Amino acid sequence: MKPDRLLKWFLYGYLGLVFVFIFSPILFSIIFSFNSDRFPTIPLGGFTLKWYKTIWQDPDVWEAARTSLVVSFSVATIATFLGFTTAYTDYRYRFKLKPLYLALILLPPTIPLIIMALAMLAWFAKIGLSGQVFSIIIAHTVLTAPFAMAIIRLRLSQMDESLESAAWNLGASQWRALRRVIIPFCRPAIISSFCLTAAVSFDEFAIAWFISGLNKTIPVVILEIVTGNIDPQVNAIGSFVFLTSMTLVIIAQMVLMTKNKTEKGKNG
Amino acid sequence: MPVSEQNTQLPLVETTPKRRFARLLTFKDALRLPIIIWQALFFIAPLIFMVAMSFFIVRNYRMTEAFEMKNWLKMMSRDYFWDSYGLTIGLATLATLVVMTVAFPAAYTLAFRVSENTRRWAVFLLIIPFFTSYLVRIFSWYVILAESGVINAMLGYIGLGPYIMLNTQFGTIVGYMTLTLPLVIILQTLSLANIDWSLVEAAHNLGCRPWRTVFCIVLPLARTGLIIAAVFCFILSFGDFVSPYYLGGSKPPTLPILIVDTVKSGQQWPRAAVVAVVMMVTLFIVAFGGIAAAYRRRVR
Repeated sequence: MKPDRLLKWFLYGYLGLVFVFIFSPILFSIIFSFNSDRFPTIPLGGFTLKWYKTIWQDPDVWEAARTSLVVSFSVATIATFLGFTTAYTDYRYRFKLKPLYLALILLPPTIPLIIMALAMLAWFAKIGLSGQVFSIIIAHTVLTAPFAMAIIRLRLSQMDESLESAAWNLGASQWRALRRVIIPFCRPAIISSFCLTAAVSFDEFAIAWFISGLNKTIPVVILEIVTGNIDPQVNAIGSFVFLTSMTLVIIAQMVLMTKNKTEKGKNG
Repeated sequence: MPVSEQNTQLPLVETTPKRRFARLLTFKDALRLPIIIWQALFFIAPLIFMVAMSFFIVRNYRMTEAFEMKNWLKMMSRDYFWDSYGLTIGLATLATLVVMTVAFPAAYTLAFRVSENTRRWAVFLLIIPFFTSYLVRIFSWYVILAESGVINAMLGYIGLGPYIMLNTQFGTIVGYMTLTLPLVIILQTLSLANIDWSLVEAAHNLGCRPWRTVFCIVLPLARTGLIIAAVFCFILSFGDFVSPYYLGGSKPPTLPILIVDTVKSGQQWPRAAVVAVVMMVTLFIVAFGGIAAAYRRRVR
């Protein structure tokens, strides 16, 4: 049994290294945001808050943060709404061309962002919507609705189908059953999809960079600073971005996880 | 799906406008139509328009709608376009091979060597970076990989280096890995965890050696999921402009960088559209080839 034990520890070590690779850029970005050197390396320089002070006093960053918040909040709302209607349609109905219908909503994430960015830029210019905050909102909604749809659809597949029928038989209209039975059951998935779509929108830079015009979001500001030179400011903004999107993604997962556990407990 | 007898109750209250609207737009369509309209306007239309745009012409710095092959002929006759094309495919293929290989032992461990609870937490952790600012992570690699960066400083302590890692293909691959590794590990883990373990044990009991078990039993059983992971890895790497630009030095540029440069440097959107259409076609071929391979009945 000895070689097997050796293999086991080798595999654990390997897994550990892979996680180090995946998380080290996040970790270093946060560490370097407090580092006083202009070009950070090890050994670390002194501790400083000056990069945070710089971005705190930068009106452009504030403006971008405001735009980003408005965009992600709106995107999360619309995408979750559209994701819900699609997930429910897929759950309940069968109709001709349904595969096409599903492809219509699920395909956007498989198309490279840069292509979507070019297509959106040209189309919005054509129909006279370019350079507005709501052009970013529209584009991000197309991109994120599939995630919302997938999360909510997964939740619906866990539902006992007779629950809705029972509501109808007791005299509830379809709308009422939807509001009182389906939506409460999907609430964790709805919260989760809201957080996840907000996170994706908050981080997206390619489309936002192409179509935002003067209404820059945070990632676009980062992109422009990075293109100019090495500036540790980016680490400070980056830490803030990491914190925001990680919080959202963690909430999104926690909500789904805890809910599943309690239900398992109830069932047996 | 059982449908209730609600309809019989409707006539009683039919007169209010709200009800009339409700009858005009059935419950089913009210749920089905929003996304159809939305995606048609903001997903399908932009893509079709982009294809059309590749035939437009630019005159006096203004784009004019037309149907001419000029952009296509121009791009197709340029060597730098084909260089970029070959480079992009080569890098994305290399990234796919590297990422699939690097991810496999990790996914294998997660699927077979840890408890279900640990696996759930590992997937939980891997989902976080996938949705977390890719751009900042690449900037972080830029600092880490630099000539005087963290890695070279560490290597310096043991008397090695410094190695030049930025502005090389190595840098680009590190960037692609940052983008795709978490997703590929998740997809591989899920497809491995779903295979019937008793088949693997049967092979063991019949005296099959561990390595052979992996190649002859585990890999074929998990084929569908593994190919899908590889296709996603290829698509993501193929379409990314950040890694080859900031870590790879963009010499020569990949196709996504070509799009960025063409759009940001002036009015030549039609030429960028040509590049984008070529990319789309390539990805369709890869995706369909991958799906066909994934769902083929038998290997031999």
